[in-house]
Amino acid sequence: MPLSLFNLVDQLPGSVAQGLIWGIMAIGVYITFRVLDIADLTVDGSFCTGGAVFVILLTNGQNIWLALACSLLAGMLAGLATGIFHVFFGISTILAGILTQFALWAVNLLIMGRPNVAISVNNYNLIVSLRYLQEVIKGEKPFYWSPIFTVGIFILLIIGILYWYFGTESGMSIRATGANINMAKAQGINTSFNIVLGLMIANGLVALSGAILTQYQGFADINMGRGAVVIGLAAVIIGEALFSRIFKNFALRLLSTVLGAVVYYIVIQTILWLRLDPNYLKLLTALVVAVFLAVPHWKGKLSILTSRQKEGDNAQD
Amino acid sequence: MLKINNVSKTFNRNTANEKKALIDLSLSLQDGDFVTVIGGNGSGKSTMLNAVAGVISVDAGKIYVDADDVTRLPEYKRAPYVGRVFQNPMMGTAADMMIEENLALAYRRGERRGLSWGVTKAERDIYREHLEPLKLGLEDRLSDKTGTLSGGQRQALTLLMATLKKPKLLLLDEHTAALDPKTAKTVLEITERIVERDNLTTLMVTHNMRDAIALGNRLVMFYEGSIVIDVAGEDKKQLTVEKLLQMFDSVSESGAVEDSLLLP
Repeated sequence: MPLSLFNLVDQLPGSVAQGLIWGIMAIGVYITFRVLDIADLTVDGSFCTGGAVFVILLTNGQNIWLALACSLLAGMLAGLATGIFHVFFGISTILAGILTQFALWAVNLLIMGRPNVAISVNNYNLIVSLRYLQEVIKGEKPFYWSPIFTVGIFILLIIGILYWYFGTESGMSIRATGANINMAKAQGINTSFNIVLGLMIANGLVALSGAILTQYQGFADINMGRGAVVIGLAAVIIGEALFSRIFKNFALRLLSTVLGAVVYYIVIQTILWLRLDPNYLKLLTALVVAVFLAVPHWKGKLSILTSRQKEGDNAQD
Repeated sequence: MLKINNVSKTFNRNTANEKKALIDLSLSLQDGDFVTVIGGNGSGKSTMLNAVAGVISVDAGKIYVDADDVTRLPEYKRAPYVGRVFQNPMMGTAADMMIEENLALAYRRGERRGLSWGVTKAERDIYREHLEPLKLGLEDRLSDKTGTLSGGQRQALTLLMATLKKPKLLLLDEHTAALDPKTAKTVLEITERIVERDNLTTLMVTHNMRDAIALGNRLVMFYEGSIVIDVAGEDKKQLTVEKLLQMFDSVSESGAVEDSLLLP
């Protein structure tokens, strides 16, 4: 069967919707990785925690908005655990995140009772669903049912709230903690508290993203968060690579992270469309992330080399 | 004002690298004192400053600011008392944040940080007013990132941040050492002006004997974790580099210094 461009275009809305959902998680990664300047690996576990809490509350007849709010809170608790490991146990942030993520596997299984719990859109009034996307494309439902629209609204709300919060005194102390911890302490900022708070906000968003993905795909799975942090990092750096020259403002930088996630999913979809083996996706993603992360480092080396070169030239004059 | 009572600090205790950084150190500052601190590398002068600021915890002794015992307070809880400028110009400001954001963080030093705006319009005028006398043109660059400033500009900004909200105690840790001589002079002039204007109680560590003699009303010299020279008032005004060196020689010959050298 030849490659059909039609197929690629046909799948585009699905990629955009998925990208937007993962984009919420990527905003969480942005907060830890860029604002707090730490690599938080809790994400791989807390993403599923969000889905697990959501799916169990919903199947037990709870209100869907309450279930979403509880997912967010559960994610914040996961962030709190990592924060406590780091601040009170003195464990490095990376290791603290790995420990929480490891523990969350059991917690998530405990919450769900089994590795996979399904929620059919036939039985529940879900806010987003792959089904709605298909129905909107077929013209059976108006555009505002499309997950691209609903998740888009979610994202605008989240970015708006975060933009406000990080402009407040409290939010600015988190930024100062990540930007220069010595300076923050010297200005009387409780940096330990702010690291914990930042981890909680980030993982709350990650879990919310997990809960939304659970609705979209119609199930929560114990493996759904595996590799999430790498996807988040990919979204952050793709967003920066594409938009950092024009998007300087904090809100726009969060938006570029979301767009980075969308681009990531379009690229993934294109790779699948080219019939490359999806098993190699993770390898490819890791390499892309590694190269992008290396760019600032290489740029620094290059500038040292060129300045040495110039000094050499001057010496010969 | 500041009272350091019999403070001791040993790094790497019971190892081959054991280093007695402070040995039973006592120092007492009056309100408005401007004390310059000199001494060789590893003499304990920076350790004392870090002990007062809460960066390191002490093994023994007490530190009081006014009547408050701050000995066991963590670093961030001492911020209401202490304004600090570090040796490294990169350390005192956040490069990724705007000038006004850095100032706003300092403007709230020691206060509860809630959900009101981090920088307000009214504050910006205050910041401009304070930046103008520095004559560095920073008053027109409030929304520039601090990372775009030179080392001297950043150090001047840090100094302003340390004093924007009047501290009980200003700690300057070789804050001109990393600057070129001309910039160092400018920053030192700004330091003098601010300290004089607000009558700040100040501890200034410096490598430069001339600066130590020219500035302040009291000079202390550290050697091997103790204060070996302490000159104030008229004696301080009469001080020259030659006299200071002579004093150091006589102290070391008297044996006081030799003893501390011989301590295990």
